[in-house]
Amino acid sequence: MAVSHSTSRGVASLPVEAALAPFSARRLLLLGGIGLILAGMLFGDIFAVFVLHQNAARVGASLADAAHAALAGNASAVIASFQKVGRFLENRGTKVDTHVHMIDFGYLGLMLAILQPWIALSETAKRLLAWLFLAGAWVLPVGVFLIHYVGLAYSPLQAIGWASIFADLGGLFVLLATLAYLGGLSRSFRIAAGPRVKDKLLSDRSAPGRMLLAGGVLLVLLGFLHGSYYAAVDLYNHEASDYGILSRMTSSAAIGDTAAVDKALADYGRLQGEKAVNIAAHAHAIEFGLLAILLAFFQPYVSLRKTWKRRWAAVLLAGSLLLPVCVLLELDYGLIAGGLADLGGLLLIIALLAMWVGILRYTGELDAARGIQ
Amino acid sequence: MSAARRVLLIGGIALALWGMGYGLWYAVFAEHQALDGIGSSLAGGFAAAAERNPASAAEALVRYREAKYIYDRQVDVHSHWIGLAMLLIVLGIGFDRVIFSDRLKLMLALGLFLGAVLFPLGVLLQTMSHGSLPRAIAIAGSALVIVSLAGIALGLGRSLSAAN
Repeated sequence: MAVSHSTSRGVASLPVEAALAPFSARRLLLLGGIGLILAGMLFGDIFAVFVLHQNAARVGASLADAAHAALAGNASAVIASFQKVGRFLENRGTKVDTHVHMIDFGYLGLMLAILQPWIALSETAKRLLAWLFLAGAWVLPVGVFLIHYVGLAYSPLQAIGWASIFADLGGLFVLLATLAYLGGLSRSFRIAAGPRVKDKLLSDRSAPGRMLLAGGVLLVLLGFLHGSYYAAVDLYNHEASDYGILSRMTSSAAIGDTAAVDKALADYGRLQGEKAVNIAAHAHAIEFGLLAILLAFFQPYVSLRKTWKRRWAAVLLAGSLLLPVCVLLELDYGLIAGGLADLGGLLLIIALLAMWVGILRYTGELDAARGIQ
Repeated sequence: MSAARRVLLIGGIALALWGMGYGLWYAVFAEHQALDGIGSSLAGGFAAAAERNPASAAEALVRYREAKYIYDRQVDVHSHWIGLAMLLIVLGIGFDRVIFSDRLKLMLALGLFLGAVLFPLGVLLQTMSHGSLPRAIAIAGSALVIVSLAGIALGLGRSLSAAN
């Protein structure tokens, strides 16, 4: 199989035009990857504003119904309430999974885009793998999103519906494409004493690139420190409280103590809120840090004025910090902090969109220079 | 390509594949059963309370606690393996910007890779044993990740000041 870069012992410099040719694997993965991240973030913002809190309220209300049904000694109403809780949680869980997988596949796409010059496969094979990757990266989240709506309709299996089957198929596509790229990468290490490609993309040391790289690593570090603190100080207490409050709820219901049941319900809601904001702040700080690091490498492809490239990098970092910090503050400052967190998410989306447009402009300029219509 | 970069890139992609493979296995063979177990034990606990049977309610809630303990960790393992794999890959790509000796860079890369493998592994082992060893592995893994990451941030900071 022909490889896409020189395998001589000299360093082969990869021209930008070749690296980002129309329908090349790098262009597909780069634009497709940012597209996936943007779609996942937009979906997450819409979900946070219009679904998340309403859904949490419905879960809480159904749990309260179950507890009051237990108080009244009505076991069948308890089961009915928990069926509702299950449906609400499935609705919430599949939407969170859709959001997370779209963004994570976008990140993976960006990473594979950067690695392309080191992958010793023919350009045709790399392009086909990029299509396979992108197909899987869309099929999985769309499949997961549909699980709640399709259910087990017409499914040949007892527990898994068609939407789940397609979601798993999408995951398999992504896995196969990544595996093949890994094979190409390891192959390039075996050829001519290792890869000798000098990619201009990686030698960029521009101000926005440096800002994004340093800011991204700091965000990841902050996220890890917060996660470790949470795991060491709060996680086991929260797990013990979860069990303790539910035990209190059921034992109080069994003896007909309404006031104790209501107090346990309020405590349980507060506990779930504490867990959710801590996990969300930890996950978002790390994810946004990774995104900033990835975007640092692609700054040479962002065809915008230097001033605007710096501004968008600053906006992206500001949004990346604002969202997790304000999510943490939501318990104490309620809607104000929640609104600021959503604003952080919006800033991030706008900055990412601006960079995506800059990259599109760049590919357009490359194609125009080649006379491609 | 330097040895440190190779550790991060190859290790990162291998870990991503491992994490995705684990996620695929989990989604197909374990997740639905785990969620059913959590839901049915919780509902069973409340139904037993409605029937004024506190002993049965307590038993059901113990089952719920155990099922949720395992489920939370299995999901965390999947997301942390993949998240850390991505971190390894992106840092591997930009590792030439870290200004340290090759030896120290290799140690940082090995520390980060080892931490990225061990931390979720320790969490996964907690689902099999409640002893202190799995927790110690998870703590050691996360400490390795944080220390290596702080070292890399320092090396990047040195490259920034050199550029300025």
